[in-house]
Order: sequence, then structure tokens, then C-alpha cells
Amino acid sequence: MRNIGVIIKKQIKDTLKNKTVLIQFVMFPVLTLIFEHAINIPDMPELFFTKLFSVMYMGMAPLTAVASIIAEEKEKNTLRVLTMANVKAWEYLAGIGIYVWTICMAGAGVMATTLSSGDIPFYLGVMAAGFLISIAIGACIGIIAANQMVATSLSLPVMLVFSFMPMLAMFNDKIEKVAGIFYTQQIRELLGCMTFDGIKTETMLVVAVNALLALILFFVAFKRKGLE
Amino acid sequence: MIRANSICKNFPGKQVLSGIDLDIKPGTIFGLLGPSGAGKTTLIKILTGQLGFDSGDVRVLDKDVRTLTGTDKKQIGIMMDNHGIYERMSCVDNLKIFADIYQVDQSKVMTTLTQVGLADSAKKPAMKLSKGMRARLQLARVLMISPKLLFLDEPTSGLDPMTMKYIHKLILDCKASGCTIFLTTHNMEEASVLCDEVALLNEGKIVDRGAPEDLCRRYNHQKTINIHLKSGEDIELPHSEKSAGEIMSLMTQGKIETIHSSEPTLETVFIELTGRRLEDSEEVKYA
Repeated sequence: MRNIGVIIKKQIKDTLKNKTVLIQFVMFPVLTLIFEHAINIPDMPELFFTKLFSVMYMGMAPLTAVASIIAEEKEKNTLRVLTMANVKAWEYLAGIGIYVWTICMAGAGVMATTLSSGDIPFYLGVMAAGFLISIAIGACIGIIAANQMVATSLSLPVMLVFSFMPMLAMFNDKIEKVAGIFYTQQIRELLGCMTFDGIKTETMLVVAVNALLALILFFVAFKRKGLE
Repeated sequence: MIRANSICKNFPGKQVLSGIDLDIKPGTIFGLLGPSGAGKTTLIKILTGQLGFDSGDVRVLDKDVRTLTGTDKKQIGIMMDNHGIYERMSCVDNLKIFADIYQVDQSKVMTTLTQVGLADSAKKPAMKLSKGMRARLQLARVLMISPKLLFLDEPTSGLDPMTMKYIHKLILDCKASGCTIFLTTHNMEEASVLCDEVALLNEGKIVDRGAPEDLCRRYNHQKTINIHLKSGEDIELPHSEKSAGEIMSLMTQGKIETIHSSEPTLETVFIELTGRRLEDSEEVKYA
């Protein structure tokens, strides 16, 4: 537990000086606040930008952040130094995961300021679950990738699919059907109804299957490659 | 402190280490010399539990290396030749992370930075440090934990002579405090200065071992005396009674500028044993 705390502390210090990771955490919450307050088009769905950017944030920030943090530590050999100092692989991954999840939840908290107070618990609950799935996928990419360059080329298409499919689904029925198999699309629909009563079994099932697949992929990647 | 019997390690299609035996006494500096690709880093990884081995037995701190606990590992400092430094963080922050992990008092961070001569650069991001400063920061990270056993993989590789000397001093200070040091290098001068015992590793096998000066004496086949005369002439004489008379005569005439006995260096011993140079893996003809 102590080492998890050290990893989180280290990551906070590092992120404050790492603009590329920092911008991923900050960009969507800031854009949401600006767009929601600055743009007001007649007939535009309520909280359009909050819901759209929330899904994009969920599919992008935790996934790329986790993948790039792990890949960078492997590339720069700092991960090896940590393991030599007896930091266990699970402690490291838990530290990074908790850190990214917390920062993303803080970002979601900022985005939630545009919502009515009654909707905030539902919104944060849904976002929390989505972030966890994205973190598992990001960790999987970080484990597979030997360096940051590989991590970027692997995470970019995955991130584009998860982040942009829900947006494109708004304009095309066929894309909407395909996007339906992804957790981000289901979460967009959940954010659309913003109530526990409106949750469909199908939605829960897709999110659960996505989560299970992400976990299986993560464990397979970890078992095959470890943190070497 | 370290005992190894018949360690063998194979990578697919290649035997990297074969029948390695070691017995390193506490409080000594042991040097493993060999050219690039000889298996030095692989051996360090095995001895530090980072890499498994195919056969043999390794005991570190009187325990099987595979059963070392977290507490045992906290007594072992490892400095590998690759950096492993958090580039964006300052020197202080780099050390604080490990002070937390090793549960070392935070006051030791500044003490150690002062010890390695980095106190003035304490707040500087690691990415702005020179190569020599980075090496000292890496060394600070392992010295901070006051290890019982220290593994140094090519600690001065690519450094300027001044920094090299500074690091040698730090290593000798560490030894003086009772630490056992396992050092790999392909710098024979470094090995001669620092090590109590060296082993020469070539293609995964230890070809000979001993105290540096003993090894040099053992392979001293030439046994000549080189004299440089004031006239500028160089003379090479064999070790013999006849030479003694000649030297005496030159001395009484005041003709001698310098006089040296010719002994092989670890480099020449290595070339004699393997036909290879220490500093690279290129084959050379042994004349």
C-alpha cells in the first residue's frame, strides 16, 4: 500500500511538468465549460457539449494517459529501477490506475458543474465506470508497447474508435448500429437519459462485456509480457 | 556475500553464461571484466534476481537469490548502465521517490546529494544535467540507502576522467563503510584502481580470476626492464644478472633518465587469454 502511495505522489509531481499528459486531462473539461457557456444555438439538445465531450474525454484521456505513462517508464528504464527497488508490478499498475482515475474524475467533476445537482451522482457514477474500462485498455496498450512511439501508434486508432464513434453515430444510423457494441456509445446513451430508471438491460450488458474483454486483454497482456 | 556455483544461462540459440562460479567476500570490490556482449549485464541481472537462470545455484546475502525478501532487497543497491532517471523531475525529487520506497529518512536526500557533489544542482530538472552529473545522481540513489551490497554495471562508461575519478572516490568511500561491491567494467584501469579481485569474462565463461596485480604478475612472460637514457635512447634489458651489471654501470655513469620494469596490464592479460580486446568485441591478433 505504501508503494502505491509513492507511485501516486511521483505521478502527481511528474504530470505537473508533463504538458502532453496534463493537456489531455484538462482539455475536455475546459472546452466543455467554454462551449456550454459561450454557444447557444436554438433547438440544440440540452447539455449537448457536456454529454458529447464527456464521452470523448472518457474514451481518450485515461486510455492515452495510462498507455503513455507506462510506455515512457519502460522506455526510460525508470520502471526497471522501481521494480529493482522492490515495487511490485501490481503496486505500480494500481498506483498509476488510481492516479489517472482520480484525475479524470476531477475533470468529470468540473464538467459536471454544467449539470443540475440531481444529475451529478448519476453522471459521476457512469463516468467512473467508463474511466475504469478505458484505464484497463490503456494499461493493456502500455504493457504491449515497448516505447512511447509504439504506444502512441497503438492507442491512437483505439482512442479514435472509442471517442469518435459515439459522435459520428449521431449523424449516421449504420454507424450508430456499429457503435452500439462499444461502451462509449452505451455510456453516451446513458448520459442522454441521465436517470437510473432509464437504463436498458442491453446497455448494461454491452458495458459489462466491454469491461470483461478489457480485463481479459489486460491480464493476457500482463501474463505474456509483464512489465518488462 | 555472493556465492555462485556453475550458473548457466541460455537465450534462444545462444549460450550466454556457462559454468560461472563466484565467491565474493564481504567488504571487498569484485570486478567483472569483459568486452561488450561477454555476458556481464546478464550475470548482474541474475545475481540481483532480475533474471532467472537455467542451472546452478546463486546465494546473495547468504540466501538463495530466488527467495530474497523485500527487506533483503532493501540492502542491495543496483546501478545499471541505462539511466532510469525521471527526466522532468529535479534531483531532489528523483531521490525523494526512492527515499520513500526504501523508507529512508528524507534528510538523507540532501546529505547524499552533497556527498556526490550535486547539492548546487538539487533543484535542477534531471534533463538539464550533464552525463557525469546523471551518473552521480544514479549513484546517489543507491548510496542513499546505505547498501550492504552494491551492484554497479559500467558506472563510469563514457564519462570524462575527472568525473570518473570522482565516482571512483565515492565507490572507495562506500567500500570503506563496509559495503561489498560487484562492479562490471571494460576499463582495465578502473579495475586495477578499484578492485580487490577481478574475473575476466569472455563469451560467457570466466577465463581467469585473481587480484589485479597477481593476474598481471602471473602473465608476465616478457620480464624486461625498460630504460630511457638522458641521451634519448631507449634500452630494453631482460631480467638477468647480466642486466643488473649493465644497469649498475649506466647508473654510476648517470646516464639513466627513467627506468621501469615491464609488466602486462589487465588488458594485455585479457588479450593473451582470449585474443580479444576488453574495450570492444573485435578480434585482434595476439602477437
